[in-house]
Formats: sequence, C-alpha cells, structure tokens
Amino acid sequence: MTEPDYLNSAYTLRSWFFTTDHKRIAILYFATLIGFFFIGGAAATAIRIELATPQADLVSSDTYNRLFTMHGVIMVWFFLIPSIPNTLGNFIVPLMIGARDLAFPRLNLMSWYLFIAGGSVTLFAILAGGIDTGWTFYTPFSTLYSNSYVIVAVTGIFIAGFSSILTGLNFIATVHRLRAPGLTWYRLPLFIWSLYATSVILVLATPVLAITLVLLATERFLGVGIFDPRIGGDPLLFQHLFWFYSHPAVYIMILPGMGVVNELISCFSRKPVFGYKFVAWASLAIAAVGFLVWGHHMFVSGQSLLASLVFSFMSFIVAVPSAIKVFNWTATLHKGSLRFDAPMLYALAFLGLFTIGGLTGLFLACLAFDVHATDTYFVVAHFHYIMVGGMVTAYFGGLHYWWPKITGRLYSEYWARTAAVLIFFGFNLTFFPQFVLGAEGMPRRYHVYPPEFQVWNVLSSGGATILAAAYLLPMFYLGYSLFFGRRAPANPWDAPGLEWQTPSPPPEFNFESQPVVTRAPYQYGPDFAAEPQNA
Amino acid sequence: MTNWWPPLTLVGSWLALLALLALTVTLAYLPLGSFNSAVAIVIAAIKATIVAAFFMELRDRGARLLIFAGAGLFWLGILLWLGLMDFMTRTPA
Ligand code: HEM
Ligand SMILES: [Cu+2]
Repeated sequence: MTEPDYLNSAYTLRSWFFTTDHKRIAILYFATLIGFFFIGGAAATAIRIELATPQADLVSSDTYNRLFTMHGVIMVWFFLIPSIPNTLGNFIVPLMIGARDLAFPRLNLMSWYLFIAGGSVTLFAILAGGIDTGWTFYTPFSTLYSNSYVIVAVTGIFIAGFSSILTGLNFIATVHRLRAPGLTWYRLPLFIWSLYATSVILVLATPVLAITLVLLATERFLGVGIFDPRIGGDPLLFQHLFWFYSHPAVYIMILPGMGVVNELISCFSRKPVFGYKFVAWASLAIAAVGFLVWGHHMFVSGQSLLASLVFSFMSFIVAVPSAIKVFNWTATLHKGSLRFDAPMLYALAFLGLFTIGGLTGLFLACLAFDVHATDTYFVVAHFHYIMVGGMVTAYFGGLHYWWPKITGRLYSEYWARTAAVLIFFGFNLTFFPQFVLGAEGMPRRYHVYPPEFQVWNVLSSGGATILAAAYLLPMFYLGYSLFFGRRAPANPWDAPGLEWQTPSPPPEFNFESQPVVTRAPYQYGPDFAAEPQNA
Repeated sequence: MTNWWPPLTLVGSWLALLALLALTVTLAYLPLGSFNSAVAIVIAAIKATIVAAFFMELRDRGARLLIFAGAGLFWLGILLWLGLMDFMTRTPA
C-alpha cells in the first residue's frame, strides 16, 4: 500500500487551513487568486463597456476613477504579483528540486494569511466607497485632495507586502539549502533561476513600498511635510520611492512567466533550452538592472534632464537580458521536434506578445517619443502586452502543463487548445487598437473621448468580450476534469524534470525516496527514460 | 526559561542606543547650523550598525549571510544615489 497523495491524506477543514504542506498552500492561494481575478476582471468589464461610446453613459467620472483604480490595485498586488510564484511556484519548486517542502513551511502558511488579511482590508476600502487615485497613488492628489479611502487601501497593500517578503525569503532559503544531492546550480531548471531572481526583487524592493505607503499615510493623516513642498517636502520624492519599488515589481510580474516558458518550450521542442547559462544569468541581470531604470516613469514629471538621460539609457540596457531570452527561446525551437499541445500554444503566444510589449517599452524609453506617448493609451497597451499577454498567458500555460501533476487528472486537449487560440485572438483585438489610440493621442484614465476614437474603442471592447469568454472557458473544462477527467500518469509529457518522477498527484512528502540528480536539466531524447532519476 | 537573563551584550547595546538617542535629542537643540543634520545622520548610522551587529547578530556570521545583509545596504545606496542625482541636478523652470 503506497502513501496516500496530498489531496487524500486528510479531509478536514483544519487540514487545509492549518496545513504547512506547500502543495495545499498553493491550492489555497490558487482559490484566492481566482476570486481576485474575477473582482479585477469585473472592473475591467465595466471600463470596457463604458468606453464603447464616446459619451459617459454607464458611470460618472468619479465612479470611473474608482473603477480603474480598483482594477489596477487588485490586478497588480492581489493577482499578478502572487500569481505564478505563490501557486505554481509554491507547488512545483520543492518538487523540482527534490525537496519535501519549502525551507519554512509555517512561514509559507503565514504568508497566505497575511495575503488574506491585506486583501480583506483593501477590499473593505473598495466596498466602503473605493479609491480614486489610480494604482500609483500619486501625491499631492492622494495626500491632499482625494476624498476616498486612501489610507485603508494602502494599509491593505502594506500588509500584503509582508506576504510577498515572506514568500521571497522562503524561496531564497529553499533554493540555497534544500536542493537534492547532485542538483548543482547549473543543473537547476530555469524556472527555479527565474523564481530565485524574482525572490531577490521581492525581498529588496517590497520594504521600500511599505515605507513609501507609511510616509504617504503619515503626510495625509498627520500633515507631516514629506512630499508637499509647502511644508518642506519634495514633490517628486513620492514618485521616486514608488517607482523604485514598482519598476522592479513589473519584473516580479514577468520573470516567473519567463521561467514557466523555459519549461514549456523545451518540453514541447524536446530539446534543452538553448544557451542555458545565458538565460539563467539573464534572470539575475534583469533583477539587478531593473532597479536602475525607475525614472523612465518620470520623464515628464519635472525630474532633472540628467536624471532622465541616465534612466533612459539604463532602460535600454535592461532590455538586453530580456532580448537574450527571447532569442534563446527562438533558438530552442529551431530544429526541435515541435508538438503543439495546449501548454505550447500558450508559450508561443507568450513569445510574440512579450516581444511586442518589450519593444514598445523601448519606444517609451526614448525621451522624445515618451513626451508624446506618456499618459496615453500607448502606455496602457505596452504594459498590458507584457502583463496580460506575457504573464497571464504564461500562467495559463504553466497551469495546463502542471495541471495533471497538481490534480492527477487530464483535461480536454481540444478545449484547451481552443481556449489558447481564443485568448491569443481576443487579447490582440483588445489591446492592439490601444496602441493606435495612444499614438493618435487618446489619454488614459478618461471615460469621455472625441468621437473619432470610437472605432478603435469598439474594436477593443469587442476583443475584450472574446478575451473574457476565453478566460472563462478553462473554468469549465478544467473544472470538469477534476471530477470526470481521465487519471493522469506520473509523467504525461515524457519530461525529465524531478517533479515528473513522482506520482500525480504527489504523495504528502513528495518523494518516496530522496531523488539524486546526475545530469543537467532538459535532457529530452530517446535515452532519457533509460537512465534512472531516483536512486 | 525561568533562569534566563538577557546576555550582557544585548543589554549593553540597548543602553548604548538609549544614550545615542539622548545625544541626538540634545544636539538637535544646539545651534550648529547645517551640521545639525550631519551629526544626526552620523548618530543614526552608528545606531543602525549596533542594531545590525548585535540585535541581528550579524557580527559573527558567515560570508553568505553578510553578502545578503550587505545587499540591503547596497540597494539603499542605489536608491539614494539615483534619487539624489535628480534632486541635485534639477534646474528651476
Ligand atoms: C523591456 C523593458 C521595458 C522597458 C524599456 C519599459 C519601458 C517603460 C516606460 C518608459 C514606461 C513609462 C511610459 C510612460 O508612462 O510614459 C513604462 C510603463 C509601464 N511599464 Fe514598461 N518597460 C519594460 C518592461 C516592462 C515589463 C516587463 C512590465 C511588466 C511586467 C512593464 C510594465 C509597465 C507598466 C505597468 C507601466 C505603466 C505604469 C503606469 O504608469 O501605470 N514594463 N514602461
Ligand atoms: Cu518601468
């Protein structure tokens, strides 16, 4: 009789809410994030309906401000930042490195509770009337003029920040201490490298966000002069501090996606990732250089010309490691035996969409172009191509790839491919028109616009309908597979990674015996199965 | 736990922190001009060192831990360096 798997080891509520099993915590996070994705998505739906016509017909200007703020706050802090790290990362990292759990299992659970606490506080602010500052909370509006629940909202984000920090610490300690015998750094799957880089950012950047939010609340509540020049503050200090966190945070939101894509592309090309060491170090380079570019959000803010020049230059540098990755993924596809299973379709979509998002980032990094494009829909399109086209797509890809491992069930390949194609199509129809709108000068964050912009807005809203439907589809076929799907074998993709060398779903302590690693990752090929991974 | 006494180093560093705090407050009332901030920052740096060395127990740790702790300091340096770069080179409009 073998050990029961982690889902069947116990059934009580207590065994879920007080679990320290990284796999169960991943599921807790997963369920929570679906909830937040729906809330953020509801706000987006309202926004796109409103923007279908040039007049204001659904909501007032004030409500519109609250809608896009709610959308941004929820999607950034309560969906994208924890998305891949806390669900797929939590579940897969220990399995991938042959460990029984993360280094600090109880800290892991605490991180989820902090996330729930922070999320509840911020949701309360939204329910009590909302916040109208935008997700960026720029002063002086947020400190002096806004009559909305700014302090409550930032308190929630402050608390959730500690959940981020704990997760980062946990991953760093785990990768250093808990690798299986023989699993040297250069034998680590690239998903681990990218989550390690993400964790470094989480630990180094998030405290600055926490401090910034406290300073904001201090000025708003106590009137201490920090950002307000009339009482001795510096008007740009808030933006400096905020973007010192938030630019690195955009890399928190893309690096894990890049990590997933490594696994998918190599698996469905049946080849090791081309230029492994370059891709591994590119992750760390992104994490480090990503801290030197934040001023590209402040080109028109009145920061000094020298600062703008330096930040512009550094922004070009930071694109280099991302480009290295894109080229190496393409080289991995070259002469591979490609298979177009659903996860691969998501990975290919990621490749195209991320490239467009990254290249338009370079447009924006040019001072002269940015003066024209800043605060227009061009910026909105740029970051949605990366965060939604890139990260959310990678999230779906990873979810499909590891679904059999996580749940022990196989989903309908037909429906999964259909959803992937619809997402790609709906996404482009939603966001490509926004590049055009931005280039023509439509500002972001307004709900009334000149009639000549309507065509592109209608296309975008139409695309959003398709995209929303496509995002809902997996709920059905993945949900269906939970109950009626065929049982998944241990290794449905014939992949060499350690996570596939244990049953699906894995037993409570992951491996029946301690795995030993004897070679580099991604050794696809006819002979890999012959060599034993478990010793 | 009944027989537990805080180690002398901890008590000592706590007292040192209190003394430095008193010093900051006193010096704040002396008319030193722009030296007031300089002195306050120096004292704050000493306090931070005490906290890192004794309370965080970094003084007798291995290289890897020191690298990680140093990274925090280094990144703070980046924040100050690039942030001040704007502040010090701004031209009035
Ligand atoms: C290839 C490297 C990248 C470069 C050079 C770049 C450049 C820029 C620039 C210059 C802006 C400011 C535009 C403006 O406000 O006028 C911007 C905005 C933005 N970028 Fe990027 N970007 C890059 C990658 C990313 C990534 C990877 C993400 C997210 C995962 C991202 C997310 C954002 C967001 C959220 C904003 C808008 C923030 C706001 O004002 O609300 N960018 N980017
Ligand atoms: Cu940025």
